[in-house]
Amino acid sequence: MADVTHDAAGPLSAAEVDDVELYHPKSWITKYVFSQDAKVIAIQYSIVALAIGLVALVLSWLMRLQLGFPGTFSFIDPDRYYQFITMHGMIMVIYLLTALFLGGFGNYLIPLMLGARDMVFPYVNMLSFWIYFLAVLVLVAGFFLPGGPTGAGWTLYPPQAILANTPGQQWGILVMLVSLILFIIGFTMGGLNYVVTVLQGRARGMTLMRMPLTIWGIFTATVMALLAFPALFVGAVMMLLDKLVGTSFFMPAIIAMGERLAHKGGSPILFQHLFWFFGHPEVYIVALPAFGIVSDLISTHARKNIFGYRMMVWALVAIGALSFVVWAHHMYVSGMHPAFGFFFATTTLIIAIPTAIKVYNWVLTLWRGDIHLTVPMLFALGFIVTFVNGGLTGLFLGNVVVDVPLSDTMFVVAHFHMVMGVAPILVIFGAIYHWYPKVTGRMLGDVLGKLHFWVTFLGAYLIFFPMHYIGLMGVPRRYHEISGMAFVPPSAATLNEFITIVALIVGAAQLAFLFNLVWSVRHGRPAGGNPWRATTLEWQTPQTPPAHGNWGKDLPVVYRWAYDYSVPGAAEDFLPQNQPPTPQPA
Amino acid sequence: MVVIVLFMVLMAILAGWWLSRQGLADKPWLEVGVGVEAGGAKLPVSPTAKVGLGAFLVVAGSLFSLLVSAYSMRMDMADWRALPMPTVLWFSTGLLILASIALHMALIAARCDELGHLRSSILAAGVCSLAFLTTQLLAWRELAASGYFTAANPASAFFYLVTAIHGAHMLGGLVALCRTSVRAFALSATSPPRAVGKLALSVELCALYWHFLLLVWLILFGLLMRWTDDLIAICRGLLT
Repeated sequence: MADVTHDAAGPLSAAEVDDVELYHPKSWITKYVFSQDAKVIAIQYSIVALAIGLVALVLSWLMRLQLGFPGTFSFIDPDRYYQFITMHGMIMVIYLLTALFLGGFGNYLIPLMLGARDMVFPYVNMLSFWIYFLAVLVLVAGFFLPGGPTGAGWTLYPPQAILANTPGQQWGILVMLVSLILFIIGFTMGGLNYVVTVLQGRARGMTLMRMPLTIWGIFTATVMALLAFPALFVGAVMMLLDKLVGTSFFMPAIIAMGERLAHKGGSPILFQHLFWFFGHPEVYIVALPAFGIVSDLISTHARKNIFGYRMMVWALVAIGALSFVVWAHHMYVSGMHPAFGFFFATTTLIIAIPTAIKVYNWVLTLWRGDIHLTVPMLFALGFIVTFVNGGLTGLFLGNVVVDVPLSDTMFVVAHFHMVMGVAPILVIFGAIYHWYPKVTGRMLGDVLGKLHFWVTFLGAYLIFFPMHYIGLMGVPRRYHEISGMAFVPPSAATLNEFITIVALIVGAAQLAFLFNLVWSVRHGRPAGGNPWRATTLEWQTPQTPPAHGNWGKDLPVVYRWAYDYSVPGAAEDFLPQNQPPTPQPA
Repeated sequence: MVVIVLFMVLMAILAGWWLSRQGLADKPWLEVGVGVEAGGAKLPVSPTAKVGLGAFLVVAGSLFSLLVSAYSMRMDMADWRALPMPTVLWFSTGLLILASIALHMALIAARCDELGHLRSSILAAGVCSLAFLTTQLLAWRELAASGYFTAANPASAFFYLVTAIHGAHMLGGLVALCRTSVRAFALSATSPPRAVGKLALSVELCALYWHFLLLVWLILFGLLMRWTDDLIAICRGLLT
């Protein structure tokens, strides 16, 4: 980059010896469609992720209608119900949460928060989005192909995933596997960008320990995703071969419908290992960016420096590392050796330590802070409560002896929805309310925002809290209909009706949010450059929304960490990261 | 899953070593100014493309470790029937070693600004790599001809899978090598030093990638030839 100035003494950072020239778009197409600007790519990722997330929301409505009012909606037959479950789970976990946190927030915030002009490999970054988009299209194609999408459950366990009589057995499972493979290829392209940009693209003075926790969260999660997604890739390729070529990686000898299949000698457990070697880190791939973002939201809106910054960084890294040695706690009922169960239960419970450190630090950041109950702050507070709640039930399920009776009950559904469904989604909402003014230059509507928060937050509790009790009664998950089971009391049915009604209301509240998003682009209150009076670099850009290249002529220079709020003696109650130190009188 | 866990431990050690040099114990709230990078010690700056390739190799390493993990887990089951390995695999191994050596010579030539040697070495590496892929195809045909291309034999399915994924990585590398060689032949003695420097970087990245592919292949080859059985048994013994 030719226009970098060297105005102060000190060693050069990597950004200044970068040999990558900034790409300049020449036409409307290269500016807004096939753009290589990380900010445009971020918006493209976010819109596609939210759109496909809306599909998953509608699917959850349909499932709830069946569970709440069994038999009323004849078009939701068992096959369709399985298809709805599968697509809802897969879309929410991978195509919404992963894509939005890393592709959306990662692309937007990494260059801006680090004082870079763009990602280090902009062309690869553009490819990453378009391959993701293709993956989404392939996934959606499943709805329109003969037999519909796959109904194998989001874990796609073989052998049932590719056996006849599993819904979507003709085409659905194929497009699902192809879509996953595409997603992983696209994500790897983006992920390499995020990691290398953090390593190489930081502005001068932006040491690793001055990075905002948002970037630490996204960075750690991306490293994890790059290491974990290959497991899903290998699993998907092998299953695709089992399905298409007739190999037997995962398919044991089976007699189906009185007929002996050609498969022989495969191991379904092997798939479970591969799937969960990806699947458990995936929980933290979604959670770590949320941890990082929520730290920044709390610090900014409580006008207080984050408590225990170093410990927060160490905890993020520790959680990232530990999450690779816990995967088999999803397989306690697969007949594993008890010693393995003991090992994986121990590692699982150890993760509670760094996680608890983070929760304590959030609470201690709030302690005696100047708390502004803005909409982003409400969502951040909602996250802490929800995450603690979901985490506590995780302690139940992490123990083998408690997990075995609870396995495959609605208790598990309630647990993971709390901890990796509702909690990260609350952070996504908070983050959107927080950064929307930077992206569009306008504030999101406050009244609608608060309404959105309260309905979503309280609604999520009304949905998932009772679900724990349904699970404790022994009601199994993944069942199309539970009436007629002797051990299920009639009150479970009443509770299910109640949950369904609340779910419909909470879903409708998301439409208010979408309306707010669209309406405020033109009609929102002008935000100015730094409406939250925040310290981090993205709020210090010369233009809002930031122009191509982010920083005008000169790259910013970073003089301090990201959490100088309520500094004693300062003129304002915050010091931006790029504000030079005041010269000491001689 | 022993192999992938070992790979992850290795990565964790590397990451820990790297992080330990990044001043993780700094107290950023006390330090104001620009001159405090990395706890005072300035690290050498690597080219961005090289860091990018390094990160990609970690991802590819994870992919191959998972394949090896899956393979060795399957081998451990009672009904495993091994394949007779085609002799032609020895030739392919030799060709890949030659390709790797040729690229290393190209790298030395690029550093010494010897354009003629650089071009011939890149060509030699390209030819050896294509020959490697051809011999892999021959091995596939040989196995198929002796009746092992059956779906019901997991050993043959794994053989085709690991060689195909390794070959796909080689094909991707060949695209990069093609672009590098086009640039090498477009250069002349009067080209600006910047262009020569960029070419040297490309050659270095290709060499690094080929060394990686060679390392992966040697591990896969050892596994396919069942030389690593004892090693895997020892690892498993350590863990259980």
